[in-house]
Amino acid sequence: MLRKGIALAALGLALVAGPALAAGSAKSPEPVDFSFKGPFGRFDQGQLQRGYKVYREVCAACHGMDLLSFRNLGQKGGPFYDPAYPNPNDNPYVKTIAAEYQINDIDSETGDVIQRPGTSADAFPNPYPNEAAARAGNGGAMPPDLSVMAKARKYGPDYIHALMAGYVDPPAGLQVTPGQYYNPYMAGDTTPFWTGEGHAPKGGFIAMPPQLAADKVTFDDGTPSTIDQQAKDVAAFLYWAAEPKMEERKAFGFGAMIYLVIFAGLLYASYRRIWRNVAH
Amino acid sequence: MADTVVGENPDPHAAGEDPNRRDFIHIAAGAAAVGAVGVMAWPFIDQMNPSADTLALASVEFDLSKVALGQQVTIKWRGKPLFIRKRTDKEIAAAVADDTASMPDPQADEARHKPGKAEWMILIGACTHLGCVPTFAGGDYGGWFCPCHGSHYDTSGRIRRGPAPTNLPVPDYEFLSDTKVKVG
Amino acid sequence: MSGHSTYEPKTGFERWLDTRLPIVRLGWDSIVDYPTPKNLNYWWTFGGILAVCLVIQIATGIVLAMHYVPHVDYAFSSVERIMRDVNYGWLVRYMHSNGASMFFIAVYIHMFRGLYYGSYKAPREVLWILGFIIYLLMMATAFMGYVLPWGQMSFHGAVVITNLFGALPLVGEAITTWLWGGFAVDNATLNRFFSLHFLLPFMIAGVVGLHIWALHVPGNNNPIGVNVKSKADTVPFHPYYTVKDGFAIVLFLILFATFLFFNPNALGHPDNYIPANPLVTPAHIVPEWYFLPFYAILRAVPDKLGGVLLMFGAIAVLFVLPWLDTSKVRSMRYRPTGKLYFLIFALACIVLGYCGGQLPDDKVIPGLSTFILIDADLNSFVWLSRLATLYYFAYFLVVLPILGLTETPTAQPESISTPVLSHPAGLPAGAVAAPEKKG
Repeated sequence: MLRKGIALAALGLALVAGPALAAGSAKSPEPVDFSFKGPFGRFDQGQLQRGYKVYREVCAACHGMDLLSFRNLGQKGGPFYDPAYPNPNDNPYVKTIAAEYQINDIDSETGDVIQRPGTSADAFPNPYPNEAAARAGNGGAMPPDLSVMAKARKYGPDYIHALMAGYVDPPAGLQVTPGQYYNPYMAGDTTPFWTGEGHAPKGGFIAMPPQLAADKVTFDDGTPSTIDQQAKDVAAFLYWAAEPKMEERKAFGFGAMIYLVIFAGLLYASYRRIWRNVAH
Repeated sequence: MADTVVGENPDPHAAGEDPNRRDFIHIAAGAAAVGAVGVMAWPFIDQMNPSADTLALASVEFDLSKVALGQQVTIKWRGKPLFIRKRTDKEIAAAVADDTASMPDPQADEARHKPGKAEWMILIGACTHLGCVPTFAGGDYGGWFCPCHGSHYDTSGRIRRGPAPTNLPVPDYEFLSDTKVKVG
Repeated sequence: MSGHSTYEPKTGFERWLDTRLPIVRLGWDSIVDYPTPKNLNYWWTFGGILAVCLVIQIATGIVLAMHYVPHVDYAFSSVERIMRDVNYGWLVRYMHSNGASMFFIAVYIHMFRGLYYGSYKAPREVLWILGFIIYLLMMATAFMGYVLPWGQMSFHGAVVITNLFGALPLVGEAITTWLWGGFAVDNATLNRFFSLHFLLPFMIAGVVGLHIWALHVPGNNNPIGVNVKSKADTVPFHPYYTVKDGFAIVLFLILFATFLFFNPNALGHPDNYIPANPLVTPAHIVPEWYFLPFYAILRAVPDKLGGVLLMFGAIAVLFVLPWLDTSKVRSMRYRPTGKLYFLIFALACIVLGYCGGQLPDDKVIPGLSTFILIDADLNSFVWLSRLATLYYFAYFLVVLPILGLTETPTAQPESISTPVLSHPAGLPAGAVAAPEKKG
């Protein structure tokens, strides 16, 4: 009887749940067929490596990833994981990457601020010493940290791909303030800047100019370096960065599910047997 | 059977059928419950082990030119004190001479420093008894003396007298140059 | 439990202990030999499911507290560190965050079961009130727990909820300042929320003990709402209900695992992965789904104090429910009219939850323009919330008091065993009644 009620309620919900069409909403990102989607999805290591390269050569100039350390690149499931080095701190590739960076440190003898080559235990260095410097360098807009960006936006990696590859010329009639760029996938409201006919276009303004260009990043594995490919790869890399234990989680979950289903079957058999002689 | 037990509190084990198969289902279900709890216990235990960032703690580089002959510098390494001591020839000679003496944890002085670097004694400065930090140059053997429970170490860091069971441990380290050492 | 005990100590040690601390007897009488109506359906398994939820939340919470840092500068990154660096930290943290949602799913089903089958009526009023004390403690615990990761939703949720108290006349401002320990939600607030978030679950566990005690004095209600008349109406709790509850618990864990392992952030909000920033409020601030109905009631009223009072009133009315329902019949199964009103009530709660998640001024029917009435367009979620809120209160304050006096219930069975005996006689031996199809 309660079940009927729930069905009724769900029906009622379906009736009232019309799509909310608020003015100034952003365009929904097109779903990308990422390898890590779905219950058995895994990261494509080649894609993560390409994505890291895009991050490093394009994004890292302005965006920090404070929660990541170089060792993360070599951990299980990471872009440069090598089964020969189960301890990511020993991974020579990771060590090389880390050593290419100069890390601020304090000389333990003199107390002076020094720079030393990075080690695998070091966190990714932030391009700016503090928030004020980051804002000053970017026309007042703070480039957000990218560590968990793929979890901090609706649609996650699909959104990142759509935003990065989705810059278009602003439609005629849209006034774009200097230092701002129109992007249909950016959240915001274009209505105050709209002088054209009808509804203001979807999307919003972003302080980041278009970053990707064909062949801007050279992929070592020969993948054609299109804007779309770069956007996909960096989105995949950022998703890995936000959820590095995803493969472990899904594998654990797969085992847990099988166990629980068998367990439920055993309990059900036991239950039927115990209750078989009770009329109720 | 059903009509005879209506309204009773029937014993689930009293009904007909093969008793072994019946019991097996209940035992299997019970075992699955115990197994589930057992498997889930491991993550809750393992989470207290050192985490990945702790395991990745950086190694330490140290400039040996700061240590005067016969003196020691203590630095912190992985949360513990690290003794870096420059021994005098007299101290080295005394330590080598004692190689044959009776001690709780016999070890040659040669095995406790890098070849050809006998003056440099690098040790983890935690007493092997209960972890206090021994004081420099104290005790009967001129090495270290632990004030907590009276363990005497010689200048090679070997336990000679007192409750400590083993010598002061030697960490992994390497000489990057004559004046620079990297620990860890 | 109120009657005699059937526990017989078997070994010498048990006899020795029984005369000093009869704890084995207590356990025996409470969960082994406890006489339970034999017609309980699966809606009754949620009590056991809730006990499992509480244990999971406390166990995972203690683990998280070992790694979490309650400081505005470190809270966000310490939670992420748990997810990245602590061994199985991702598992424990996602168990805890999704476990909170599972806890509320179970508690809402448990509450609606009680409403439908009249489990709040004499002699179970105290049992019902204790249940709502648990629910209030759960709400406080969940709210403070949500603040701890110190994301954008954490911070601004804390700002909004603590400001509710500012609506109180005269003392409002003093109370909010006292809650914050400053002039805004800040480090002091985070620290005290952490402390209380750790404390309250143990208070919940204590009240759960009272709740079970208050259950075992009158005994369980049951789907037909007729009192247990004889021993023939009951079965011992173990093994009959331990195995049935156990089966339901495992089914529930499968649902839990689906979220936990394959969509752990589905029930959360992306904005909470943005570190707290006191200078910018997220464009669309919503509480966790389990608070949305109350949030809708709050927003339905165009007056700050009125909204707050109505929201708290929505919970307060449940405390006096046992004395509002005048019907002598417990189970809605025998109240055809009451059943209809109940279903509309359940629907109203779901509508309120849906409205709570929408922007208040968005249109319910897109493109349809109507007129403004009391500050809001008639075709807006504000007005839908208002109508649902009106029904919510009317159900308790008008429908249940009057309906109990006017309606004609259908015939109730004589006893729990009667409907069973009226079944076509002679179930074939070995045939098993399908309990899941009943009730």
